[in-house]
Amino acid sequence: MNLSIDVSRTDDIHYVKLSGEIDVYTAPKLKETILPLTEEEGVSVRVDLEKINYMDSTGLGVFISGLKSAKEHQSELILMNLHERVYRLFDITGLKEVFKIENTVRGGN
Amino acid sequence: MVLEKYKNLLKYYLATKDEGALYRADQFSKRSLQQDISPDEIVQIHIDALQDLYPDLPEEMRLSLHFLLETMISYGIAHQEFRALREKQFELKSEIEVAANMQNTLLNTVIPDDGALDIGAISVAAHQMNGDYYHFINDQKNIGVAIADVIGKGIPAALCMSMIKYALDTFPANLSNPQTILQLLNRVVERNVEPGMFITMFYGYYNQEDHLFHYSSAGHEPGLFYHALSNTFEKIEAKGIVLGVQKDVTYQQYSKYLSIGDMVILFTDGVTECRRGDQFIQKEEIVDVIKEYIHLSAQEMVDQVYRYFERLQDFDLRDDFTLIILRRKY
Repeated sequence: MNLSIDVSRTDDIHYVKLSGEIDVYTAPKLKETILPLTEEEGVSVRVDLEKINYMDSTGLGVFISGLKSAKEHQSELILMNLHERVYRLFDITGLKEVFKIENTVRGGN
Repeated sequence: MVLEKYKNLLKYYLATKDEGALYRADQFSKRSLQQDISPDEIVQIHIDALQDLYPDLPEEMRLSLHFLLETMISYGIAHQEFRALREKQFELKSEIEVAANMQNTLLNTVIPDDGALDIGAISVAAHQMNGDYYHFINDQKNIGVAIADVIGKGIPAALCMSMIKYALDTFPANLSNPQTILQLLNRVVERNVEPGMFITMFYGYYNQEDHLFHYSSAGHEPGLFYHALSNTFEKIEAKGIVLGVQKDVTYQQYSKYLSIGDMVILFTDGVTECRRGDQFIQKEEIVDVIKEYIHLSAQEMVDQVYRYFERLQDFDLRDDFTLIILRRKY
């Protein structure tokens, strides 16, 4: 399974649309995309996970790096449209308390 | 020496067309490989042998053989590189083996077997080194249990695990409070890991006098309580953020009374992330498997459950797998 990443920009908002699986093989590619985006002061990086049906803890690692980088550079990282299975990871690990998460999607595997 | 053998073999074959000679040529190439003789060297031997046998070789033939030799040179270089890589890989493999042995010694823990709890534990690495960790503390009155999972697997995870072990070892012996232990560990991990690295951990301790099990969780996969009286399982609800993400964190602590026969079942996500083909197993399946072996001792149970999931995944573990069961005996 692969991960496709589609990045677009409107004013100060970067939209990152993801589709596929985030695991140990695809995580480096995701990290390379997201980190530089968060390094610009004042921007908002909105990551859409609606088409992510599987993510493991390496994916969490990428988003944590992104969050730390956003904090450091005064930008923000927002995760959107998480499937239940993906949201569960943020719930168990207590990370939903530190991330801005908008809208979760029911169903999916 | 080699040339002489080759020449005789070639001469014999040209004279007799005996297939036995072809077989010996095959053996010759195998021996040459073992002695690291490269393809272009073989061609050179062939040219020399041919010129010895037929000094009057036509000029075009002689030139074309040299032409062939030139085209083989890259193969020779590739062969040399392959040889160097093979040696390098062998070196790396032995280094990792040494590290894995060191890790086993470092993370070695004794399962308490003289108290009120019947305890079983199994931890299997998906690769050579394990990113899961478990540890027991036995101070007669209390039995402490720690289970942890480092993000990722392999060597980076294993290195990180050693840090946890060292940190835990520096804590005073009378420190058994789960929430304090996690709070202190979080501080150590937060300072010492790169962004994006984190650890999930569950820490519990069981008081053998009042039979209370106290526990806290740093974002660890929820385990299960088993109630012997009602023969039911209950998810262990414990909130808390993973270690290494935020600076100052206070963890909640919970307590549970264990009756005789009750169990605490702890695992890492290597268990819940088991896949059958493309399908993930459901938590109910873990419960069903445990139920099947519930009449066994704790150690036999964890061994059997592991074997079940190993079979399920065709013996190909995707993630480190750790399972611990504690059962109150009396």
